[in-house]
Amino acid sequence: MMLVTEILVTAVTVYFFVKVLRTPPKIEPDSFTENDSE
Amino acid sequence: MSSNTQSWGSRVGLILAMAGNAVGLGNFLRFPVQAVKNGGGAFLIPYLVSFLVLGIPLLWIEWASGRFGGTKGDHSAPFIMNSMGKRSYWKYLGVFGIFTNIAVAAYYTYIESWTFSYVFHSIAQTFTGMSQTEVAQFFTSYVDIGQSTTGLPYEAIWFYILVLGLNTWILSKGLEGGIEKVAKIGMPLLIVFGAFLAVRAFMLGSSGAPAGCAECDAMLGFNFLWNPQFDSLSNPNVWLAAAGQIFFTLSVGMGTIHCYAAYVKSKDDIALNSMAAGWMNGFVEIVLGGSIVIPIAVGYLGLDWVKENAGFAMAFQTMPFLFTKWGAVLGSVAGVMWFGLLFFAGITSSLAMGSPWVAFMQDEFKFSLKTSAWTFGLVTLLAGLPTVFFYQQGVFDQYDYWAGTVGLVFFALVEAILFAWIWGIDKGWEEINRGADIVLPKIYKPVLKYVTPLILLVIFTMSLVTPKGNDWSAAVRDGWKFDASSIIGQIQNVDIAHNREAFADIFVAEVDGVADVQSVEGKTTIRLVQTTGEATTYQWDQEDAQPVVTTGQVVRAGDQIAAGSFVNPIFYRHLARGMLIALFAFIAGMVYVAYRRRMQALN
Repeated sequence: MMLVTEILVTAVTVYFFVKVLRTPPKIEPDSFTENDSE
Repeated sequence: MSSNTQSWGSRVGLILAMAGNAVGLGNFLRFPVQAVKNGGGAFLIPYLVSFLVLGIPLLWIEWASGRFGGTKGDHSAPFIMNSMGKRSYWKYLGVFGIFTNIAVAAYYTYIESWTFSYVFHSIAQTFTGMSQTEVAQFFTSYVDIGQSTTGLPYEAIWFYILVLGLNTWILSKGLEGGIEKVAKIGMPLLIVFGAFLAVRAFMLGSSGAPAGCAECDAMLGFNFLWNPQFDSLSNPNVWLAAAGQIFFTLSVGMGTIHCYAAYVKSKDDIALNSMAAGWMNGFVEIVLGGSIVIPIAVGYLGLDWVKENAGFAMAFQTMPFLFTKWGAVLGSVAGVMWFGLLFFAGITSSLAMGSPWVAFMQDEFKFSLKTSAWTFGLVTLLAGLPTVFFYQQGVFDQYDYWAGTVGLVFFALVEAILFAWIWGIDKGWEEINRGADIVLPKIYKPVLKYVTPLILLVIFTMSLVTPKGNDWSAAVRDGWKFDASSIIGQIQNVDIAHNREAFADIFVAEVDGVADVQSVEGKTTIRLVQTTGEATTYQWDQEDAQPVVTTGQVVRAGDQIAAGSFVNPIFYRHLARGMLIALFAFIAGMVYVAYRRRMQALN
């Protein structure tokens, strides 16, 4: 139970974090000023 | 329009700051205790279910509301909710999104200051050679501001001011230059320190067992924590405890996530970011938090001792003693790591608590970042000093109950209704999905609309009317008496039956028992030992407090046990509640003034 839960939680955490790192930034220009004007 | 033009420096910085906001002292101190008390490994099932149907939806609600507010130039809950709800009362309900943070920061930074102080005591090897009782007594002396453990008068106050000042200074450096930098340093260090202590706990086994203690084995601690007791799943209190833990651990229902997310660009992802931060918190809590305190304590003190004493105080009253058993150098290193990780867990959360106020002052009153930050420090200091001066009189606990518990549930309920029912689930779902880097399961749309608000309503209602002893069937059968932990029970002070005047010349026993009259450090102390073996202790600082019972005398609840000039605990409860009401009214007043300024600017 302990190992299954710990491995599962660690794997999901690593998955999401790696996905963040590997997702390229959005290419369209954006800025706070643009946000304000919406 | 707001002149507040701050932004996050990087995506990783944002996620670490959000994870740092969520990862707090509760991950290491509250979670394992809740798990032990609620079915061990079986607690994980309601915990994970609560994460899926309560935690994740609330994370998305807060991230989406915050990012939406940011597009309007609003970075704190009152005016974020104002732009979502239109009706004027939403901005006053949004006051909770600042009030809760200030009130919690007021006492939370006090705990943070203990961890900071204990890092230095670990380096100085203060605890070397002390017995377990002496280490526990050291903590009691530390929080008794009249005593000093270092020779520095009013030591606890100075450490509190130092840590609050440090928080304020970091806040004055802004998101990228302050909060993000601390998160990028603090979070990795916290994980490294936690991993070291967890590995040490795994390796401990029974090597630290004193002679004759067969159950002093760290692996028994792991087994106890993780051994499923599936019958506990049918107990609604276990589910309530799990849902409560999800609240505390994710820092939802506070308004901090709104504020951080308000600085996310409108087309940037929030769906994946919130998952990354939320699961990182889960990793720290389940994998690291569950592997340190309980197993190490069981390894040295045995399972029975831990079952009886598992609680928040173990961090300061027990762990330093256990580390001394690892030798001078390793013990000192372990102490620095333990209190260091608690400090980083604390400061990354308290910085988040400061952010909504800072953003509010920048947005509405055009204060500079530095001035906004220092006003946070001042307000928090004024709100927090009573918790420092009257910690042992229960002011701290009142803040924790009303702001840190009730406030969270109430605000989460309000924001869930606003998001799904007032603003509209279609608009809300679209907002969550805008710029998403992951595909969200569609099942979450009805969950957000029906399940999450309903669960929150049930939790709030149950908290309101919790029956005595949490025994719901007995309450229905025998008549409803409110538990002292219920909101109504708290308002009625049901746990104080006799000493209900703030000031009195006599003190009356609240429980039956056999008296044990002592003088501890010059203070009149009366212990009433009940037939169950439990003891209730009364202690007074007043010099004129004189016992009117003798050791061995049988006392009934309602009998006078002492004479003198007493300031009863109910006085401090009223003081704490008065402070919290004044703080809420002050912030609501500020919101009103800000609203008037907005109206004048439009005309």
